[in-house]
Amino acid sequence: MSLGERCRPDFPILTRAVNGHPLVYLDSAASSQKPASVIEAIQRYYETSHANVHRSIHTLGEEATERYEAARDAVRAFIGARTREEIVFTRGTTESLNLVAQAVGRTLRPGDEIVVSELEHHSNLVPWQMVCRDRGTVLKAIPLLPEGYLDLDAYARLLSPRTRMVAVAHVSNVLGTINPAAQIVEQAHRVGALVCLDGAQAVPHLPVDVTAIGADFYAFSGHKMLGPTGIGVLHGRREVLERLEPAWGGGEMIKEVWIDHAQWNDLPWRFEPGTPPIAGAVGLHAAVEYLGKLGMAQVSAHEQALTAAALDALAPIPGVTLYGPRNPEMRGAVVAFNVEGLHPHDGAALLDQRGIAVRAGHHCAQPLMKRLRIAGTLRASFSVYNTIQDVQRLAEGVAALREAL
Amino acid sequence: MALYSDVIRERFRQPRFRGTLERPDVTGEDVNPLCGDRIRVQARVQGDRLTEGRWTGDCCAISAASADVLLEMLAGQPTARARELTPASILERLDSDIRPSRMKCVALPLTVLQAALAREGRP
Repeated sequence: MSLGERCRPDFPILTRAVNGHPLVYLDSAASSQKPASVIEAIQRYYETSHANVHRSIHTLGEEATERYEAARDAVRAFIGARTREEIVFTRGTTESLNLVAQAVGRTLRPGDEIVVSELEHHSNLVPWQMVCRDRGTVLKAIPLLPEGYLDLDAYARLLSPRTRMVAVAHVSNVLGTINPAAQIVEQAHRVGALVCLDGAQAVPHLPVDVTAIGADFYAFSGHKMLGPTGIGVLHGRREVLERLEPAWGGGEMIKEVWIDHAQWNDLPWRFEPGTPPIAGAVGLHAAVEYLGKLGMAQVSAHEQALTAAALDALAPIPGVTLYGPRNPEMRGAVVAFNVEGLHPHDGAALLDQRGIAVRAGHHCAQPLMKRLRIAGTLRASFSVYNTIQDVQRLAEGVAALREAL
Repeated sequence: MALYSDVIRERFRQPRFRGTLERPDVTGEDVNPLCGDRIRVQARVQGDRLTEGRWTGDCCAISAASADVLLEMLAGQPTARARELTPASILERLDSDIRPSRMKCVALPLTVLQAALAREGRP
């Protein structure tokens, strides 16, 4: 039995019908579905142990704190971080990236340079544009090669002693390109720049070892990796976090407060003002356990096989254009494509009539769309619960698209 | 009712008002924030009447059909009629089961034309 067939029964939503057809969910890159163990962990937490964390001197408060901090330990182990102080909980990848932009942005001076890439999701681009607006820093972008690989020669030329930050995606949410993270980090560190990686499309699908990659910051979301919405993670290298001022103020991030100043709390709480997403952390913990039991190498192999099958099935369909690397080993679990003469939103709506959920549009990567000279694409993306039958249903649906309108 | 009605399919395949006008009196253009689609609407106005209109754009079938039906509804009509029109009246013509997430696609050509007329100080 394939991994997808084994996992399917764990996901209650997959039994439902959409428009009279069994659901084929191919939009996990936007948000994955949740196994029963995650849903039950959140319910159990609210039914038995909910209270605010850290400050409540009562049984429920202690239990909630224990659960919240246990989630941190589980995430630390899952991504290979050295210490729990390096794991900051946020509300999602976007908040993690904004946290870095705020905190690091404050240390930058006019003329300092920030390097991004042409394939960034808006969440790892717009915050840096805002830093440039506020601090007078300069934004530079690594161009793309055909097939959607980063032009690493151009990257090397962009780096200089003026480079203070390199902010790029680990895996493209559109093209699927797996960028050479460790190499990008190594080159940036050689000129003294910090590196912030957007791992939203990597952690749910690949074995990720943040210590081996060596980035100063690594951001990802819970909801794309079988966990709930509203919880995200920022991994920061301890020595970098230690010398940064907190991005935001509030309760919990302080040790002591006077009327005119405050002393910051220890890591990681220094970067977690306010009541955190406790249930989100509990749910993420369950998600990490689920993925851990499957093994990320197995998850990756399974999704790569589906991606390869989808590329093979879609390529021969008349009018279909595929985007991204042709080698499935070089890409994550997304397949972006267009059908000649058909707007992506019409394509997605027509597939939905067959119970097939795909994403359509610019995927929050408008500079990439402009680079590809298209308004948008359709995008099928895979997770642990998808099967080869899902790929077949997709291919049948896509083959029928041109006749459908 | 189907999402892609016969009206939408027909207008998408064979639009009657797609194109551009030489020396239009009114031109409007805007983007659908949902998808980044851009649509341009042009019209010729004589006195208080919209004599003819044309649209162009790389857009979805729903926006295309909406633009086409809109310009058909308004050809030869007082410009004031354009101001009174609502997306609901276009939706009725489209005869289609449009979900809320796609209503912007229906409304875009109308709002573009209305804004362009208002900018030109047309009634």
